[in-house]
Amino acid sequence: MTAKEKSWKEISPAGVCWKSSTQFLTGDWKTYKPVRDLEKCTRCLLCVLFCPDGAIHWKPEKGDIEFDYNFCKGCGICANECPAKAIEMKLE
Amino acid sequence: MKSVVKQEVLALNGDEAVAFAAKQSDVDVVAAYPITPQTIIVERFSEYVANGEVETEFVCTESEHSALTACLAASVTGARAFTASASAGLALMHEMLFVTSGCRAPVVMAIANRALSAPLNIHGDHSDTMTERDSGWIQIYVENAQEAYDSVIQAFKIAENTDVLLPVIVGLDGFTLSHTLENVHVLSDDAVKRFVGTRKFINVTNHEGRTVPFKLDPDNPTSMGPIALPNYYFEFKRQQEEAMKNALKVIQDVNKEYAEISGRSYGDGLVDAYYVEDAEVAIVCLGSTAGTVKAVVDELRAEGVKAGLLRIRTFRPLPVERIVDTLKNAKAVAVMDRSMSFGGNGGPVFHEVRHALYDADKHPYIVNYIYGLGGRDTSPMQIRKIYEDLQKILRIKRVETRVQYLGLRE
Ligand code: SF4
Ligand code: SF4
Repeated sequence: MTAKEKSWKEISPAGVCWKSSTQFLTGDWKTYKPVRDLEKCTRCLLCVLFCPDGAIHWKPEKGDIEFDYNFCKGCGICANECPAKAIEMKLE
Repeated sequence: MKSVVKQEVLALNGDEAVAFAAKQSDVDVVAAYPITPQTIIVERFSEYVANGEVETEFVCTESEHSALTACLAASVTGARAFTASASAGLALMHEMLFVTSGCRAPVVMAIANRALSAPLNIHGDHSDTMTERDSGWIQIYVENAQEAYDSVIQAFKIAENTDVLLPVIVGLDGFTLSHTLENVHVLSDDAVKRFVGTRKFINVTNHEGRTVPFKLDPDNPTSMGPIALPNYYFEFKRQQEEAMKNALKVIQDVNKEYAEISGRSYGDGLVDAYYVEDAEVAIVCLGSTAGTVKAVVDELRAEGVKAGLLRIRTFRPLPVERIVDTLKNAKAVAVMDRSMSFGGNGGPVFHEVRHALYDADKHPYIVNYIYGLGGRDTSPMQIRKIYEDLQKILRIKRVETRVQYLGLRE
């Protein structure tokens, strides 16, 4: 279990939660995880656009993207959409 | 038991008794769609609203699905909400029943129990609420109009208890109770208002990290029932189960507290035991049929037969320990089911009672009688026949037919 996750005794009823449903991490049950090849990546941001879980973020201060694996469900859409074939889905 | 408050006696049918109780319980919102045999409940309630007898927002919706949705929406803002339905109407609410219990909204709903199509039938049986037994609602089945009145008042107090926060169904048998006039003792408006009290709220942490009351409020925003992915949904369901377990005690407390002001109690609120402690042959049933069974038990006791009845008043949460304890001396038990579980192993009440007894020290012989479907009458003679069958089982020391159909043309 991810450290941030809580037991049934600790959560508020009915899905009421701090920071809304973004608290519901998907991190621990994915079987595949996207790994990016920094050399191939052109920073086109298509993967950011297509990720259905908002798990890839554009960080302007770094001028690069970052994966938040706590929210990634390992669906592989980012890898499919990447025009540079820069993302490889690796077994967790 | 003596009542401490003055009571009036009114001639009311079951539906009117329910409407009267809802009116006295200081309900903020009633949303409903008419369906037989429930119609009288909301018809009377709309009259109270039209006459200015209550300050309730009455919402006429275009379907039962919308009726419960409106009640849920009202309830999560902190209002006290009530609706009534039956049969196909309840089935149409199916999705919203789960949303209501999942949002922990203490809505109270009276169900005038009725059969489901096809063929079309508007008369009483329990197929509608039995279908919803796993929807996370507390289910109370009443024996007469008086109990319907008392139970609706109790239901708000049970539902809104902060250890529970679950919606409650009060089931009254269609036509047998909903349309039959009885003498009903009613408390004063003040006494009911005091008993039910005002709604209390637990505190939760909202999305800004602030501690706020558990209700929708624009000044203290929260989100309810948004999305729970596989890593949280399970935990929320476990919480609902805990609330159900808590309800077992709350229902008993509310029954006791209500007895103190009204002089009326229904067993311990969970089960109503009638001569069952020392009974050799016992019947287990729900709802209005218990009245007929009690009359037969009286006759049999006068004849020296050790007969008894266990009426399960609270079917959800199921008072497993109370059922096992109350039936501990019974040697043969018949469970009566007013609905079918097609292709199953007898009716739903039979499943549950037989399963509860599995861990008991002594196992009585146990048989199932499916009865009264689609409003078919159940006579004292038929009940007598059940007790005779049970005595025969004790004589021959075996069960010949586990599931039987009472009053069916073979
Ligand atoms: S694998 Fe799916 S969820 Fe994970 S980053 Fe890629 S698109 Fe998003
Ligand atoms: S889609 Fe591919 S190339 Fe474009 S930013 Fe994402 S990983 Fe880099």
